[in-house]
This record gives sequence, structure tokens and C-alpha cells, in this order.
Amino acid sequence: MTFFTELGRYLLMIKGMFSKPENMKVYWKEFMHQCNDIGIGSLGIVVIISVFMGAVSAVQTAYQLVSPVIPKSTIAQIVRDTVILEFAPTLVCIVLAGVVGSKIASELGNMRVSEQIDALEIMGINTKAYLIMPKVAAALVVIPMLVVISGVLGIWGGRLAGVASGILSAAEYDKGLLSSFFAYNVFFALTKAYTFAFIISTIPAYYGYYVKGGALEIGRSSTKSVVVSCVLILFADYILAALLL
Amino acid sequence: MYLFCLQIIYWLHYYYNNKQVAGSSTAIKQPLRRTLQPLVVCAAVKSIHQLVLMIEVKNIIKGFGDKIVINDVTATMQTGKCNLIIGTSGSGKTVLMKCLVGLFEPDKGEIVYSGHSFTAMGEEERKELRQQIGMLFQGSALFDSMTVEQNVMFPLDMFTKWSFAEKLKRVNEVLDRVNLKDANKKFPAEISGGMKKRVGIARAIVLNPKYLFCDEPNSGLDPQTSLVIDKLIKEITTEYNITTVVNTHDMNSVMEIGDNILYMYQGQKEWEGTNQEIIFSKNDRLNSFIFASEFLQDAKDMRMLEMKGKIDNNRNMDDLIK
Ligand SMILES: Nc1ncnc2c1ncn2[C@@H]1O[C@H](COP(=O)(O)OP(=O)(O)O)[C@@H](O)[C@H]1O
Ligand SMILES: [Mg+2]
Repeated sequence: MTFFTELGRYLLMIKGMFSKPENMKVYWKEFMHQCNDIGIGSLGIVVIISVFMGAVSAVQTAYQLVSPVIPKSTIAQIVRDTVILEFAPTLVCIVLAGVVGSKIASELGNMRVSEQIDALEIMGINTKAYLIMPKVAAALVVIPMLVVISGVLGIWGGRLAGVASGILSAAEYDKGLLSSFFAYNVFFALTKAYTFAFIISTIPAYYGYYVKGGALEIGRSSTKSVVVSCVLILFADYILAALLL
Repeated sequence: MYLFCLQIIYWLHYYYNNKQVAGSSTAIKQPLRRTLQPLVVCAAVKSIHQLVLMIEVKNIIKGFGDKIVINDVTATMQTGKCNLIIGTSGSGKTVLMKCLVGLFEPDKGEIVYSGHSFTAMGEEERKELRQQIGMLFQGSALFDSMTVEQNVMFPLDMFTKWSFAEKLKRVNEVLDRVNLKDANKKFPAEISGGMKKRVGIARAIVLNPKYLFCDEPNSGLDPQTSLVIDKLIKEITTEYNITTVVNTHDMNSVMEIGDNILYMYQGQKEWEGTNQEIIFSKNDRLNSFIFASEFLQDAKDMRMLEMKGKIDNNRNMDDLIK
């Protein structure tokens, strides 16, 4: 299948998502269920990654900044900005592409292969709307939240590591954090988060929904969806940086 | 024909009653009423025609790539009867059934549900019609993430505004109907194949469908469970007077429930008839399908003798065999 037919089918899938729900209550329940799955399900890994990435960037920045002219508080500034601008949105979303993306793709793939999607279709339910829409909506709500949490934890991890390894004092770190802070960076990080959330939910949904064959193909399409989402995230990351910074 | 006349009378009766109640203020004048009468009868005949002929399949052709899987099949699926599609594996039964319900789009031909062309329907109309369709899939297609109870309740959740207690009552009713108790809280992975099929049937009939489709309801089941499921399908069909279409390659079910049988051979309709006619058919392909086992060939001979016995005025079978 050529690139353009795939793209066309993807866009039609997105369009098909926006139809009137047959029953709002069932959709709402499914939405909450997905929020729980995506949000709570990946909270643990997000916490671990965030704390460590903050800690590592504090220690490595200190290692690179050897000049005595630069004040120690600059380390905090650099950690803050790299975490907010790049690490929290991009790194976390790449990991989520693996965690959430493969889950979405294999769930839908399994439903397709075992005819559960056909069964829903026969009942007179718009399967694109019922199966994909709640997942995308949940991702759009929950993933930016995870990114915010990750940013906070990353900065806190940097402070912890900085103080623990004796690089700088807590007071110096806090001073650095407060100097020359641009609220725009947070806006930028959230823009990224929303974009990536859309990618993380729709690309695996596409690969899962249109899978053909059996269990082997489910695995294959789930791997493929993760790879494609990661590449698209990095690509979008670059485009957004070029456009908005 | 008797039913037909009865329906017309009933319809007219109903029509006039309604007119008297609703139209008392704007009463239609007598002459006008007389001129309208023939028109009304015409309309009644047409609507009854639509009620009686349930699903019509007209010259369906379906291929995948350049391989033609369904080749020019024409048939009528009758109301209140079990319409069987039989044939060997790979003869196109599943594809034909999926064309009927619109999971596959036929390349050519038309499918008509009670006088309304399904082929010409838009997405919304189809969605509405599908709320009257129940289908049991070959692999049951139960939702893995839900319990048996939630599976059966799902169509109710989606399409009714009932309270939980009412829904639960209905769920227990249909689960009872398919002889399935004490499995409400189990997940599909925890129940056997036969139970899954029964849950599948329960889910298909929970909204009181007008059309029921079963794709190989008893493949992979032991003969006893298989018989139970056949009987169940038959009972549901006559009890609610619905149009049932069943795919099968099981001769037991053919003899048990086949009111109207369609024999498929390599994508073509090879033979059509009832379970009374099937064993006397002269079609070689059909015969080699039916009497694939020696045992059944013997059964055929027995049956022939039995029939002959009946014709020869209740002569004892034992005498005949002697
Ligand atoms: N989605 C599909 N794509 C291509 N070929 C198919 C597809 N589904 C079924 N076929 C082919 O159609 C033929 C009939 O299949 P099917 O209707 O499933 O047979 P059965 O009578 O056993 O149910 C088979 O030869 C099968 O290979
Ligand atoms: Mg089949």
C-alpha cells in the first residue's frame, strides 16, 4: 500500500471519529476507563524517568560548567530549562509511545482479529467513534498532565541530586530556579505535549484498527506503530521548535 | 395465503379504528373514503409483502482481488424459519453472511431487508437497521475485557435508557434462555467454547432482534451441546417469529433445523430446498456432501424405507427390512 492511501485512510479514520455518540453515558464510562488506563497505568514509569533525568542533567551540567566565573545557580537554571523544554515533553512522550502506544495498538488489533470490532459494527455502533475517540480524548487530557508532573519531578530530582552530591546548596538551586524564568517555555512544553499526545493515540489506533491476519500481525503492527510514533514525535518536535522558538 | 388474508383484514380493521379515534374531528367524508379504500388496500398489500419477505438476496457477486468467492447467488431468507447456508469449508458461507449484514460490500447485486434495499442505504440508515440484527460470530467475538454479564448487557447499555435493575433482569432472562446460569461474573477467557457460543447467542438476542445470524454456531462443539444450541436457535426463531440465517457444515443441524436450505458449492448456489427434500435430492455434489460418511448413507437407506413404510399405510419397518 502506498504512502498516500495509508495517509488517506488515516485521515478518514480521524474524520470517522467525530460522529454523534450513540449513548453519551457509555462513551463517558469508556473515556474515564481510558484515562485511568493511560494515566494511572503509566504514572509509575513517568515518575521514575522524570526524577532520574532531572538528577542526571544536574550532575552532567555541573560537570560541563567548570568555569569559576559562572555562578552555581546557573546549573539550576539550565536544568529547569532543559527539563521543561525538552526532557519532560519529548522524553516522556517517547516512553509513553512505547507504553501506551503498544497497548492501544494491540488492544484494537486483538479486537479486529477476533471479530469484536465486527460484532460492535453489527450492533449498529460506530466503532471508530466508540473505540478510538475515547482513547484520543483521554490521551489529550492525561498526557499533558503527566508532562507537567514530569517537569516538576525533574526539577526536583535535579535539586535532590545537586544537593546530595555536594555540587550546590539547596538555596543556590532555588535562587537559580527563580531567575529569568519565561512562562512561554511552559506554554511551549504544553503545545508539544498536546501534539505528541495526539500522535501517541492516533497512530497506534490506526495500526491496530486496520490490522489484518492473526496474532503475529498484531505484534508486528504494534511494533510498527511504536516506531512510527517515535519518529513522528521527533519530527514534530523539530518542527515545533523551528516554528515556535 | 391464509396468513396473508388475515393480515389484510387485521390491517384494515386497525386502520379504520384509528381513523375513528384520531379523525373524529376531521372526519373524512363518505365518498372520499370510498375512493381512498382501494388505495389503502394497495398500501396494505405492499406493507404485508414487506413484512412477509424478509431478506432477499439478488445476484450477489463478491471477489477478493481477482478471485471470485461469491458468484451470482440469489436467495430468499424467510421469516419464522431457520434459513441454512451449508457447504464445505471455504465454499463462501462466511463471506455470504458478511455480505448480508454489510461487513463486506458486495461487488454486484442487491440485498433487500423487508422491502428496503440494504445496498442503497446510507451509513445512518444501516446503523438503525442493525439495531434489529443480532449476530453470533464463528469465534463468538465476546468482548475480552468484560464479564459475561457485561457482554450481554452491552447492547442494552448502548441502546436503552433502562435502569440497571431492569437491564440486569433482562440479562438474566436471556442467559436463562440459553441455559447459562452461574457464569455471570466470569470472563470469556474462563469459560468453555460451548458456553461462549451461548453467551454470544444471548448477546445477539438481548435486544429482541428481527434478524438473527449465526456463523457456525456448533463448530468445535460436542454433539450434545451442539444439539442444545440447534434446538435453542430453532426455538428462538419460531417463538419470536424472526428471520434466522445459520451457516453450518454439520449434517445433524441440517436435519434438525433446516427449514430452508441453501447449498453452496465453490461460491455458487448449487441446490435449495428443505430438510425433508435434501436426502432425496438427485444432485451429485450435494449428495457427496451430505453422505460423506457411510453411516449417513445407511441412514438415508433407512429413511427411504421409513418413508416408503409410511406411504404403504403404516406397515411395520421391521417387515420392510426383512
Ligand atoms: N478477507 C478475505 N480476503 C481474501 N479472501 C478471503 C477473505 N475472506 C474469505 N476469503 C476467501 O473466501 C473463500 C471463502 O471463505 P469463507 O466464506 O470463510 O468459507 P466458509 O464457507 O468456510 O465460511 C475462501 O477461499 C477464503 O480464502
Ligand atoms: Mg466460515
